[in-house]
Amino acid sequence: MSKSDPTAPKRLALIASKGTLDWAYPPFILASAAGAMGWEVGVFFTFYGLTLLKPELTAAVSPLGNPAMPMKMPFGPEGFQNINWSMPNLLMANVPGFESVATTLMKQTFKNKGVASVEELRQACLDMDVRMIGCQMTMDVFGFKREDFINECEIGGAAMFLEYAADADVQLFI
Amino acid sequence: MIDVIKEDLVLDCSGMLCPMPVVKTSKAMKDLQSGQILKMIATDPGAPPDMEAWSRQTGNELLRSMTEDGKFIFFLKKK
Repeated sequence: MSKSDPTAPKRLALIASKGTLDWAYPPFILASAAGAMGWEVGVFFTFYGLTLLKPELTAAVSPLGNPAMPMKMPFGPEGFQNINWSMPNLLMANVPGFESVATTLMKQTFKNKGVASVEELRQACLDMDVRMIGCQMTMDVFGFKREDFINECEIGGAAMFLEYAADADVQLFI
Repeated sequence: MIDVIKEDLVLDCSGMLCPMPVVKTSKAMKDLQSGQILKMIATDPGAPPDMEAWSRQTGNELLRSMTEDGKFIFFLKKK
């Protein structure tokens, strides 16, 4: 209990509510960095974020409806890589496989730049005993079972997370 | 003339971006005894402020932080 016990380490409480590849990064980056600083960390995975607890991570990204997302190529000369390709919504919505192409491009770009994969970051979190809590209500709504998720996670509800977060020094909703 | 710091372990985080230098440093520190020194090398421009924060948060002293040939070098003493 961080605040009740002054000798306890700092505590970070995160809510991970999104399951796309781009949004999978922030909770795992913050959780692993806090774990590396000796903090106690708990992440509550709810709604679309719950899929980040599956053994095989299938998080994808879509530039459709996200005009802020840079579309860049991870290969070729530097000048070519720096081009920001403008993709009309009509094209993104109608070309089959556009999302998987965008996902592949983002993964490759991240890898080229030296960003760890989501899988590596999640494993780093688990190695540092980051608590991962799956939302029971989301499981019921989307029809998931306990065995659909990694063994290391716990299952809980809002009250359980709030009790944990009440004693945290940093609480963030992602 | 700066004193030469003799490290007990070298960790090369060149090419890695946030948060891996911090994560790897934390892991490497576990292999050291109290008072031993880790030399960490990174190329991420975010590493200097991150390592300062990591040092303050963990209590492992940042003895020296320098730049050499475009690389950031940190000497950290285990608490």
